[in-house]
Amino acid sequence: MLSKRIIPCLDIAEGRVVKGVKFVDIIDAGDPVEAAIRYDEQGADELTFLDIRASHENRDTLYHVVTDVAEHVFIPLTVGGGIKTLEDIEKLLHAGADKVSINTAAIRNPDFVRQAAERFGSSTIVVAIDAKRVADHPPRWECFTHGGRKPTGIDAVAWAKRMSDDGAGEILLTSMDADGTRNGYDLALTRAVADSISANVVASGGVGTLQHLAEGLTEGHADAVLAASIFHFGEYTIGEAKAFLAEQGIPVRMAD
Amino acid sequence: MIGLINYGMGNMHSIAKALECAGGRVRWISRPEHIDASIERIVLPGVGAFRDCMKALKQQQLQDPLLEHVHAGRPFLGICLGMQALMETSHEFGLHQGLGLIEGDVLPFPAQLPEQGYKIPHMGWNDVLLPDAPHPVLQPLVGRQVYYVHSFFCQPRHDQEVLGECEYGGIRFASAIGRDNIIGVQFHPEKSQRAGLAMLASFIGWCP
Repeated sequence: MLSKRIIPCLDIAEGRVVKGVKFVDIIDAGDPVEAAIRYDEQGADELTFLDIRASHENRDTLYHVVTDVAEHVFIPLTVGGGIKTLEDIEKLLHAGADKVSINTAAIRNPDFVRQAAERFGSSTIVVAIDAKRVADHPPRWECFTHGGRKPTGIDAVAWAKRMSDDGAGEILLTSMDADGTRNGYDLALTRAVADSISANVVASGGVGTLQHLAEGLTEGHADAVLAASIFHFGEYTIGEAKAFLAEQGIPVRMAD
Repeated sequence: MIGLINYGMGNMHSIAKALECAGGRVRWISRPEHIDASIERIVLPGVGAFRDCMKALKQQQLQDPLLEHVHAGRPFLGICLGMQALMETSHEFGLHQGLGLIEGDVLPFPAQLPEQGYKIPHMGWNDVLLPDAPHPVLQPLVGRQVYYVHSFFCQPRHDQEVLGECEYGGIRFASAIGRDNIIGVQFHPEKSQRAGLAMLASFIGWCP
């Protein structure tokens, strides 16, 4: 049976792992290669790296981090942040990424994802959506860019559907309201997207407990759950998270 | 020496690193003259579309030396798209000819699977269902999961060329195929952590 995936996320700035709350108050959380090796040993199913600075001058640093990690761990690596062109994607794939996560560039040029999927294959293309709730009855979410600072006016569920139809193999769905709160995923958002698209959905933003991971998979209908802080500071290991999910009858891959 | 076919698609570094980590020495093959007598075994990786893969193999004039290698009885491993390339035909973006080393087709997962809660691509860790006496290269995978990511799957004409299976959305498909000195796997051993490295090590030691 296909296992649900647990994905630790590493936010990267200047070659270091960092952690912020609601995209501000950034603090240092260690060396990315060491963190990747630790998660691999604990049985992480994939790793996601997001370059939160994504500035031009830091690009080479990111490629080095990706190459370094890919030489040490043999699980899928997704890399995102600042991807603007097909050439950026090619460079990241050559550096050792298996999937790339596209956010702002897709919104700026809605044809970009279709082009990228045709050239590199759907399995390589992830579209990251940062969604914020803009209405409650009925609930509605809007896409934001620039780390959640800029509204776009685009409906998040409709956008996810379009990106999936254009060939994105996976949607990395972050609730900007939940991110950093440790109160759990926005389950209504996760479910609304997961139920309306054919691509895989990775739930992100707001995990504070292992129960939150379970909820994302059961109530949120996500295919994978992403979390950062509960793993970074050693609160829980990936193994503990998987044991907890398995107890609840959720299919997970036990590390060997 | 392992010849790793490089046709400009996919994550070549990861496969090279994984093969080295599993104990192999790797040479990248992008031109026919790279396949000489020192190449004991060949790995054909692949990410992307079937037609691009076959087109690149032809343009780089790698198809004939690759077939010669196989016909000389030397071990050959196709991974993901590299496995699908072993088949006669694929239905991805129209009908395209493959290497034809294994009789049968490459078919898409039915478009209605997502409505039943099964996303496309089939992405993540799933089983390799093996017979009681598994193929020696697949032996290390008994009881372990491996990483899949694909929207198409192989359907060999002859059951005896199916070496392992996987089940997704009610469909049982071939996750490993082969005969004689040929083996192909739908999953990514280079992304399947210790289980995958163990499989690559057994391919490196395989003397069919």
